[in-house]
Amino acid sequence: MSLLKVENLSYSYNKGTSMEKNAVKNASFEIEQGDFIGIIGHTGSGKSTLIQHFNGLIRPDSGRIYINGEDIWASKERLHQIRFIVGLVFQYPEYQLFEETVYKDIAFGPGNMGLGKEEIDARVREAADFAGVHPEYLESSPFDLSGGQKRRAAIAGVIAMRPQILVLDEPAAGLDPHGRDRIFERIKNYHKKTGSTVVLVSHSMEDIARYAKKVLVMNQGGIETFDTVENVFSKAERLLEIGLEVPMITRVFMALRARGIDVPPDVYTVDYGRSEILKLLEREGIKHA
Amino acid sequence: MLKDITIGQYYPGKSILHRLDPRMKMIMTFVFIVALFAASNKIGLAVGAFIVIIAYACAKIPLKFLMKSLKPIIPLVLITSVLNLFFLTEGNALFRFWIITVTTEGISFAVVMSVRIICLIAGTSLLTYTTTPIALTDAIEQLLAPLKKIKLPVHELAMMMTIAMRFIPTLIDETDKIMNAQKARGADLETGGPVKRVKALVPILIPLFVSAFRRADELAIAMECRCYQGGEGRTRMNHLKMKLIDLWAGLFILACLAGVVCINIFL
Repeated sequence: MSLLKVENLSYSYNKGTSMEKNAVKNASFEIEQGDFIGIIGHTGSGKSTLIQHFNGLIRPDSGRIYINGEDIWASKERLHQIRFIVGLVFQYPEYQLFEETVYKDIAFGPGNMGLGKEEIDARVREAADFAGVHPEYLESSPFDLSGGQKRRAAIAGVIAMRPQILVLDEPAAGLDPHGRDRIFERIKNYHKKTGSTVVLVSHSMEDIARYAKKVLVMNQGGIETFDTVENVFSKAERLLEIGLEVPMITRVFMALRARGIDVPPDVYTVDYGRSEILKLLEREGIKHA
Repeated sequence: MLKDITIGQYYPGKSILHRLDPRMKMIMTFVFIVALFAASNKIGLAVGAFIVIIAYACAKIPLKFLMKSLKPIIPLVLITSVLNLFFLTEGNALFRFWIITVTTEGISFAVVMSVRIICLIAGTSLLTYTTTPIALTDAIEQLLAPLKKIKLPVHELAMMMTIAMRFIPTLIDETDKIMNAQKARGADLETGGPVKRVKALVPILIPLFVSAFRRADELAIAMECRCYQGGEGRTRMNHLKMKLIDLWAGLFILACLAGVVCINIFL
């Protein structure tokens, strides 16, 4: 049984008006426990709409969503519980901060779950640690923090619910490269330590290629492919066709192949590319220093 | 659900009412309101209701739109009718039951009040349906221009209104986003008693205020960067011009007011 199963899901905005827009079209896929999934697609391809279905914020026009084999729209009480199983971090989550202290804000989610005080305390400290919120900031006002710190505090607010699936929508948007790396390293570390499922939405191929195991490619509301990173990037031409960027290194290897040089098509990280180049040089009998 | 708000919603069209000068439309709306309250009997109000119906037909506003703007005032209409029905106890008693006395006067007054409120909302909504918010604030600015003499900052007030209207959709969007973010953290906005529900608004209102202030700050800086200094010596892109048709429209509404006053006196 898969952790999350989406079946023939369709949803459109502004139904019944001239501005009707089919945001998600007939999407079906399954996510297993412990997966690290990247969702990519150009702006307006339906990524954000799709993930809001995962925890029942949007009710699909047709199709079903199952969590642990259970239809999330089966009962209203259950739907409330689903919000704690699927932790959703929105774009620019720092705009949701509202409490007097960072500690209280992180405790908002666990508090809504009806947990005891000690349990909440343990979860807040654990989540703050995962998200990289320094303990000394816990007692300060969230509005006094810097942009990157606010972002991490907001992510901690969702991690504190200990969701089985953590869904992050562009968690690094608007941060500088250092801030980006820090957030992604934290998420990767969280995934490794807790073994929980992570879904990362991004339009940056570099980030997806570096962290995700499987990639779901969206195009015009439909699912283009859902496959391992290697298989997805081996079809790099198609990705470029639907308006997506591919990592720099993939472009280099595409150019090499176009010139008739025998290199594999699925190169998406610099390390992998380096070893392939070295292999190639060896085959050609050229020694490197 | 927030997307259903229709206040100030413009319905694009090319009818006479859409093309009238916004200043004239505002004056007409004002005269219309005066006429509605001046009308003291059923015939006068029937004239008012008739004008509203004709105007809506002219502007080709779908009935669905009108219903949407009338929906929020249904409770108000019901409460006023019920109060009038039961507490106006003078006149011919139609029937008595326990302490309740329903009189023919009570019924007629309840009907008059309901029609008046509905016409009032429908008539004023028509102004915003047929006029873009920008044209509306331009009209307000020019109509109030004489008040500059007594040092009233008319331009600044109009600018504030323009900005406020411009930000309504933005803030609605923002509220939607924040609500979803808090719901994702298990915030329960739909169940519980009144106290619990009000408390549940805190996680939404605080981020909303913070973001509104941030936007205001950014906008102020952007305006200053473009050397905005207020109304002094500012020229405008679109000049409003009264045409012959505006004059006729103005005369028409004045005739209606005169008619209502005559009906009051002679009938």
